[in-house]
Amino acid sequence: MIWNKEIETMPREQLEVLQLEGLRSTVKRVYENVPMYKKRFDEAGLGPDSIKTLDDLQKFPFTLKTDLRDNYPFGIFAVPMKDIVRLHASSGTTGKSTVVGYTKNDIDIWAELMARTLSAAGATSDDVVHNAYGYGLFTGGLGVHYGAERVGASVIPVSGGNTKRQITIMQDFGSTILACTPSYALYLAEVAKEMGVKNSELKLKAGVFGAEPWSNSMRKDIEERLGILAIDIYGLSEIIGPGVAYECPEKDGLHIGEDHFIVEVIDPDTGKRLPPGEKGELVFTTITKEATPVIRYRTRDISAINFERCACGRTTARMDRVTGRTDDMLIIRGVNVFPSQIESVLMKIEGTEPHYQLIVDRTGKLDILEVQVEVNERFFSDRVRQLEDFERKVKGEIESVLNISVDVKLVEPKTIQRSEGKAKRVIDRRNLN
Amino acid sequence: MKATQLSVFLENKQGRLADVTRVLAENDINIRALFIADTSDFGILRMIVDKPRKAIDILKENQFTVSETDVVAVELLDKPGSLAKILSVLNDNSLNIEYLYCFLDTERNAAVDIMRIEDASRAIDILQGAGVKLLGGDDLHEL
Ligand SMILES: [Zn+2]
Repeated sequence: MIWNKEIETMPREQLEVLQLEGLRSTVKRVYENVPMYKKRFDEAGLGPDSIKTLDDLQKFPFTLKTDLRDNYPFGIFAVPMKDIVRLHASSGTTGKSTVVGYTKNDIDIWAELMARTLSAAGATSDDVVHNAYGYGLFTGGLGVHYGAERVGASVIPVSGGNTKRQITIMQDFGSTILACTPSYALYLAEVAKEMGVKNSELKLKAGVFGAEPWSNSMRKDIEERLGILAIDIYGLSEIIGPGVAYECPEKDGLHIGEDHFIVEVIDPDTGKRLPPGEKGELVFTTITKEATPVIRYRTRDISAINFERCACGRTTARMDRVTGRTDDMLIIRGVNVFPSQIESVLMKIEGTEPHYQLIVDRTGKLDILEVQVEVNERFFSDRVRQLEDFERKVKGEIESVLNISVDVKLVEPKTIQRSEGKAKRVIDRRNLN
Repeated sequence: MKATQLSVFLENKQGRLADVTRVLAENDINIRALFIADTSDFGILRMIVDKPRKAIDILKENQFTVSETDVVAVELLDKPGSLAKILSVLNDNSLNIEYLYCFLDTERNAAVDIMRIEDASRAIDILQGAGVKLLGGDDLHEL
């Protein structure tokens, strides 16, 4: 279902007119209202008149997460506090968090974007949206909440945690659309199974999953276990929150809300813009946001962009599913390793539940990558050789994908930390030395 | 005449075997025989218990990975060459033993040999034909 046909299927030339207008006014507003941007633009010899075409954006400097942190809490706000109606903050893994503000109009745009997202997953006013994203400073919970209300669906603001109760609520309230992280969706499926609740006792038909990188094989697993359509959604609080991009049922890339954001993909090392289809770091510029606009914000997320018209009829650009982050990428013996690569291998080998953890350690000068895989009933055997063969198979396939040697270790079920939010996939012990 | 063996996955970490035996003891399950096959990083605990069904449920509840396997149990006569005779009967019939272990059944006052054989049903027929005393679930487990 297409929520906003006019915008989502607009011819690209028309869309680009909107974008140019939005970009011009945004550059002008940040230059006049945010000291950091004024200083940067002046240093680069740029100003509000430097935007003649959309391509001129490439001349502008990037905004980094550290820039937002350095201006903690309200230094990058482009409007006075009296116009701010909401504050959110992203949890800083190191040091201070980054704070973002919203005007009434920003909240309105956000709800519109999330309405597009939920509609693409099939949500209508007849649906019951089970919103298990965390409510609070994190943008996930309230983002989905406002979008679901905009669609006219019934929202259950269940938030994270208390998983058994969530299953009971799903059963009793007849939840039809699930919103949470993909790892929590698998956790819910596992708990439902433990509780003896069958899919036929639930009314779930689709799920919108995001806030962490996941693989296509993990999607298949979620779809099979819960018997639903699993849709990938993308967003980050620095841009607006969830709703920046969303898949349609074609599952061939995530449609970007291009009437509100300009997307670029750059080479993370050189900062040069990459052509469509090439993998690099996603960079977003907001063009309608009032409270905390950002110019060329570097997301650290790895993806590629496709500007072709989608089979669903939408004309907005599509980004590939995020395959990793430039900053949680592991470098092992000079090789770049993304946890998502290992996950895909494990999911492909039949019988492996996606419960794994990567342990990186250093003995002497050599980095060691150990892949811990939880044993489950599907492949456990009373024969030692069968388990050893399984270990060897996992090892062989991972090594052929990564081109480095790894150790594979089978561990007991539930030994790998289960989170009710993001899964902890990597333990890097090298930092402790 | 098949007997049921339970297999439990154990990481090579201190105290895990003790955890299994404690959980079973707390639930009044008696371990008749126990054998561990291990590698450098994991072990498989193989057991014969008096109440296999209940033991499986309890171990699963305590988040162990358990599987059940049909095994062949024979009573060994207390005289030289009795095991050798059984092995040669199996060998003559191309029945391959994947692993075996023995224990003393104090209740029966006899030595019992547990064998994991791929084709357990055929092995049982052949051993019975050769006059070997087999023990079934009724003999080993409380039903
Ligand atoms: Zn589409």
